[in-house]
Amino acid sequence: MGLLSKKDAALITDPLADNNPITIQVLGICSALAITAELEAAIVMSVSVLFVLAIGNVVISLMRNIIPSKIRIIVQLIVVAALVIIVDQVLKAFAYELSKTLSVFVGLIITNCIIMGRFEAFALANKPWRSFLDGIGNALGYGVILIIVAFFRELLGAGTLLGIPVLGDPIEKTGLYALGYENNGFMIMPPMALIVVGIIIWVQRSRNKALIED
Amino acid sequence: MGLKSNLHNLKEKYKGTKMAPAFNAIHTFLYLPNETTHNGTHIKAADDLKRTMNIVIMALVPCLIFGMFNAGYQHYLASGEIEAANGFFSSSFWAWDNLVVGLWKVLPLVLVSYGVGLLIEFIFAVIKGHEVEEGYLVTGMLVPLIVPIDIPLWMLAVAVAFGVVIGKEVFGGTGMNILNPALTIRAFLFFAYPTWMSGDKVWVEGAKELAGTPDAISGETILGTLAQNHEVTHSVADMFLGFIPGSVGETSTLLIVLAALFLVFSKIGSWRIMLSSALGALAMGLIFNGLVNAEVIAGGSKFYGLMSTPFWQHLLIGGFAFGTVFMATDPVTASQTNKGKWIYGFLIGFLSILIRVFNPAYPEGVMLAILLMNVFAPTIDHYVVQGNVKRRMKRLKTKVA
Repeated sequence: MGLLSKKDAALITDPLADNNPITIQVLGICSALAITAELEAAIVMSVSVLFVLAIGNVVISLMRNIIPSKIRIIVQLIVVAALVIIVDQVLKAFAYELSKTLSVFVGLIITNCIIMGRFEAFALANKPWRSFLDGIGNALGYGVILIIVAFFRELLGAGTLLGIPVLGDPIEKTGLYALGYENNGFMIMPPMALIVVGIIIWVQRSRNKALIED
Repeated sequence: MGLKSNLHNLKEKYKGTKMAPAFNAIHTFLYLPNETTHNGTHIKAADDLKRTMNIVIMALVPCLIFGMFNAGYQHYLASGEIEAANGFFSSSFWAWDNLVVGLWKVLPLVLVSYGVGLLIEFIFAVIKGHEVEEGYLVTGMLVPLIVPIDIPLWMLAVAVAFGVVIGKEVFGGTGMNILNPALTIRAFLFFAYPTWMSGDKVWVEGAKELAGTPDAISGETILGTLAQNHEVTHSVADMFLGFIPGSVGETSTLLIVLAALFLVFSKIGSWRIMLSSALGALAMGLIFNGLVNAEVIAGGSKFYGLMSTPFWQHLLIGGFAFGTVFMATDPVTASQTNKGKWIYGFLIGFLSILIRVFNPAYPEGVMLAILLMNVFAPTIDHYVVQGNVKRRMKRLKTKVA
């Protein structure tokens, strides 16, 4: 990356793997559980969080020297809430069906620990450009996990990807279904999201022993 | 001696390499190893893990054989080709034709269960470098006995892989698991493929394929019938002897009781858990009977069928007896303290009947009750131990004062 210095590039690449907000910091689990039954919802959620976190980080970073520390949480909440409402309205205007699928979970981005966490831990102490990169990196790290989980859940649970049947038709018995394959109803249920996230954590930590905590 | 010495040589040759645990496992499983203890304390105990597991498997074999006969019996009975059996030694039950159907359908289940499960155990033993443990031997036998006869083999394979990896290996293998692996496998099947695990078409061999054709046969379990408030057509004797549709090996309460006695006298299974589970189930059954008698629940209620079942019949129907004897007593996932075992068992019985009655979607509550109590077993133990500590502290204080 010629554009970014090595230190800046790490802001984006670290959260993708060794400092992933979901698998290492174990934040934002609720949404990983709630909206990963379909790939499309997971992608939209990731993009929404990317927008909120990147812009929010910049805003907080710009204001970091004038926010009184006693009321900083309230200020942070106002910033997230404003951004989330923008996202919500945009979704309602341009992707109404999808916004119905995501229902309250768009609104609940406000309470996503990753966002408050990055504001507190990074944006309050860093300059806007670096905060922006940090926001992008963490949102991408979050999105990658969401999309991986949703990929497996939708593929195994419903036999579709982005709503398109990829394994054949379960009712007409074509493709894999002709061989007796059936969709795994358990994958659609919330517990399976946790188990899939758990498996990702397991694989990641057994590949990189340094990540294992005592 | 040929195979034994060959295995021994292989073991010596591969000592310290990655594959060593695999050879060791085959060797110890088949023979007594040549090695003896060299130093340290020499404790001789008869009940090692291998013996414990073997005793349970021996207790399960009658259930398995009965299950094979029952598979064929239910099939031919439903299609009207044979007479209903009267008495335990009825020739229409113990017929060669019945056994053939059973062998054809049940043996593949056993083979898949052991094949997939042991393969995963071997893989993990090789990766982690520990010995292959005997833990799966019992699980592998339990699994085919608690699934419907027509379950597709690939589903069973997927479920076994899931159950062994997520239910056991992630926690550190045999002896470290929180949940009973066999029930984890069944729960996975139940939630993943509900159409193959519940309803009235899965319990009798061939019923699913014949559904909708003129030859369609019905094979509802007693629990299913009761949950829909229908009249039960099976006699109490049939329920006790096991001539009823159900999962492969859990129908015969008689054989399960015999197995339970065997386990209790060989001191492998905990009589406290078995007894307290039965008491818990009876207590809940009595409460429901009481509600019906007090006319709180009228005949029109959707719970009426199961609530009005005589309380003691709850012990005979469904998988309650099997779950209590073989799975609630799993020494790894049950409570360890004696007082804890009473609480743990009682709650299993109590919750089983509660789930059975109030959740028509899950006609058999014993699986969920045991899994739930598995999770709480350490908590129960904790409070029992703390209670004991507190009592002794008090005693000490009065003595000192």
